Amino acid sequence: MRAVGIILAGGNNNRMRELSNKRAIAAMPMAGSYRSIDFALSNMTNSHIQKVAVLTQYNARSLNEHLSSSKWWDFGRKQGGLFLFPPTITNKNSWWYRGTADAIYQNLNWLRSSHEPYVVIASGDGIYKLDYNKVLEYHIAKRADVTVVCTECKGDDINRFGVLKMNEDCRIEEFDEKPMVSRSNVISTGIYVIRRRQLIEMIERCAQEDRADFVKDILIRYKDLKRIYGYKINEYWSNISTVESYYQTNMDFLKPEVRDYFFRKGPTIYTRVDDNPPAKFNPGCTVKNSLVASGCIINGTVENSVIFKKVFIGNNCHIKNSIILNDVYIGDNTHIENCVVESRDTIRANSYHCGENGIKIVIEKNERYVI
Amino acid sequence: MIKKEMIAMLLAGGQGSRLGVLTDNVAKPAVSFGGKYRIIDFPLSNCINSGIDTVGVLTQYRPLRLNTHIGIGIPWDLDRNVGGVTVLPPYEKIGNTDWYTGTANAIYQNFEYMEQFNPDYVLILSGDHIYKMDYEVMLDYHKANKADVTIAVMPVPMEEASRFGIMVTDETGRITEFQEKPEHPVSNLASMGIYIFSWPVLKDALLKLKDLSDLDFGKHVLPYCRENDMRLFAYEFNGYWKDVGTLGSYWQANMELIDVIPEFNLYEEFWKIYTRGDIIPPDYIAENAVVDKCIIGDGAEILGEVYSSVIGPGVRIEEGAVVRDSIIMQETTVGRGARVDRAVIAQNVTIGEGAELGVGKEAPNVYNESVYAFGLVTVGENSVIPPGVKVGRNTAILGQTTQEDYPDGALASGGAIIKNNEKDGEDS
Repeated sequence: MRAVGIILAGGNNNRMRELSNKRAIAAMPMAGSYRSIDFALSNMTNSHIQKVAVLTQYNARSLNEHLSSSKWWDFGRKQGGLFLFPPTITNKNSWWYRGTADAIYQNLNWLRSSHEPYVVIASGDGIYKLDYNKVLEYHIAKRADVTVVCTECKGDDINRFGVLKMNEDCRIEEFDEKPMVSRSNVISTGIYVIRRRQLIEMIERCAQEDRADFVKDILIRYKDLKRIYGYKINEYWSNISTVESYYQTNMDFLKPEVRDYFFRKGPTIYTRVDDNPPAKFNPGCTVKNSLVASGCIINGTVENSVIFKKVFIGNNCHIKNSIILNDVYIGDNTHIENCVVESRDTIRANSYHCGENGIKIVIEKNERYVI
Repeated sequence: MIKKEMIAMLLAGGQGSRLGVLTDNVAKPAVSFGGKYRIIDFPLSNCINSGIDTVGVLTQYRPLRLNTHIGIGIPWDLDRNVGGVTVLPPYEKIGNTDWYTGTANAIYQNFEYMEQFNPDYVLILSGDHIYKMDYEVMLDYHKANKADVTIAVMPVPMEEASRFGIMVTDETGRITEFQEKPEHPVSNLASMGIYIFSWPVLKDALLKLKDLSDLDFGKHVLPYCRENDMRLFAYEFNGYWKDVGTLGSYWQANMELIDVIPEFNLYEEFWKIYTRGDIIPPDYIAENAVVDKCIIGDGAEILGEVYSSVIGPGVRIEEGAVVRDSIIMQETTVGRGARVDRAVIAQNVTIGEGAELGVGKEAPNVYNESVYAFGLVTVGENSVIPPGVKVGRNTAILGQTTQEDYPDGALASGGAIIKNNEKDGEDS
């Protein structure tokens, strides 16, 4: 094993609106059957990285539940394993994680006691497939100090990313964090490869100077001193940390090429297995261009939507262009359009929800009476 | 000392020859059921839900799929430090080495397995029934009666009683007589093939009878117990229980799952049925697809029309295909414009474009009339059906068939094409 993995999963983003009330972004349900962090975790295990730390901070209950066993991603190993690091009070430190670099600093002993020469850092809110070994080989070939995985920004929300510019050798010359005006369309994906000792040294220095952010305080400050390279990926990559991109990324899975890439072609994306029965389509239901996960019972009409696990849709309902998260019960004659319905909710019969200008987040919190 | 109050021994070695080509490569307990399960999931889930964490699974016929499915028992929470699930195949020993020659003989050959847990009771199960049952309640009944053997029974209509092993009981539930498929039944309590033995009783019976060559519970062990005046009780079970031993009953039991409120409900939180799920993604239902009264396992892509069917995980139904009243198991592809009517199609089958399965009138099957009946088309796993052919009813197909196998582009009702798989050559 040449690398250990670190997944930064502590984050929250106001632009997730009410969806982040319940959970960290890394625990957001994705594509019907998964959660966001499954993609980073599966990439780690599929890249034969056996030792992975997940750094959590913001509302990690849902994430902890999802990661309650490491066996689904094959991390239940004697060598390596899955490590969960929430912030803790120690005799030296009583802070929360003040930034990504600080989060790593507070768990530096884990890195010190590892023997693998490299570290792969990823975030829990990226939806992609990537063999980190390829990045690592590139990193070694370029004799880089840090390699940043980057991609071309396809949306109009470039100002929420780190924007970078590379020279012809792919060395990063410019790096702006969330610039108002960007001078390039190449963005950082938040995936980094770095030599372990190098990382420890940079993180220690950063902490001495009372700095806390990996991008602003390390990458950007060091970019002319250290050899920081970009590794460009052209395959599917999406960051889900706003409601709009979360919605769009889920809807992307209605495209055959996206499903083919993630669901059929290897390597497999793994997730915690729920023991749900098969999806059930009752007489009179109509389902068009939609994803329906296990345990669902569908009676009404569903169009261009993603229905997560264990959802019940009553008679004569019309669900259109919407995302219904796990374990939602929708009563009869309900119309839902352009919405994201929060998980475990109960929508009363005859309800009407429609996102008029953009995506509406539906949270009703009704009692559910189970017969 | 390791001690388990009750352990279960699950008989899963049978071929299930009445399922025809479905069990050509797999033992019956490993046959798919209900969209994502395999038959053995039901007794295994019943065990863990009843608090039994030590299960020996006796395998013999084609155990590869079964072994792969069970693994170390993770899906059923049967991966334990002490106990858990253990697959028990026949093994070589000094002196005479035998296959499992009968149900009780198989149990006898695993005497040491049972002994190491020092059980008070041993539960004998078979791996070919669909039901949810709390074995702990049955054990309470066994204890309350101070019974030596308790046999689970189920009331059946009197006119059908002659098809079953019938238990005649007195008013306390004590069994006074057995009747194996009696012409004139005096009781309608049919044995379900589920027994609880007090371990000393089973031990004694097995040791006394061990030299019988085809030692069987129904034929030898239970009669021995009764003749020796032991306390045999019938435990009446009134829930859903289905023997899926024939293609007809297998098809019927699957079809019962798609009712709006099925009698056998898999959607209840209580008493979950667990299985190994290798395919995780959600189902995709396309713009022009129809899904009407069906259950569909994970990761299927439905582009055509599906009516009243049970579809397994990872199945692909192409545009224009119409599937009706059928069971399609995992990873099978139904080609564009194909028609499938009343068929049982095993896993990894490819059905060519425009092929029509289940056409015309029924006719008795020439290959095996009693097995391939019920008007069903039965297709074994890894088979290929070429584009455009027509297949009649009561038919069986196994192997990679080509146009040449279908004179005039058709297989008439009652016909069969059984091609030996290449794999068979390696195995035998």
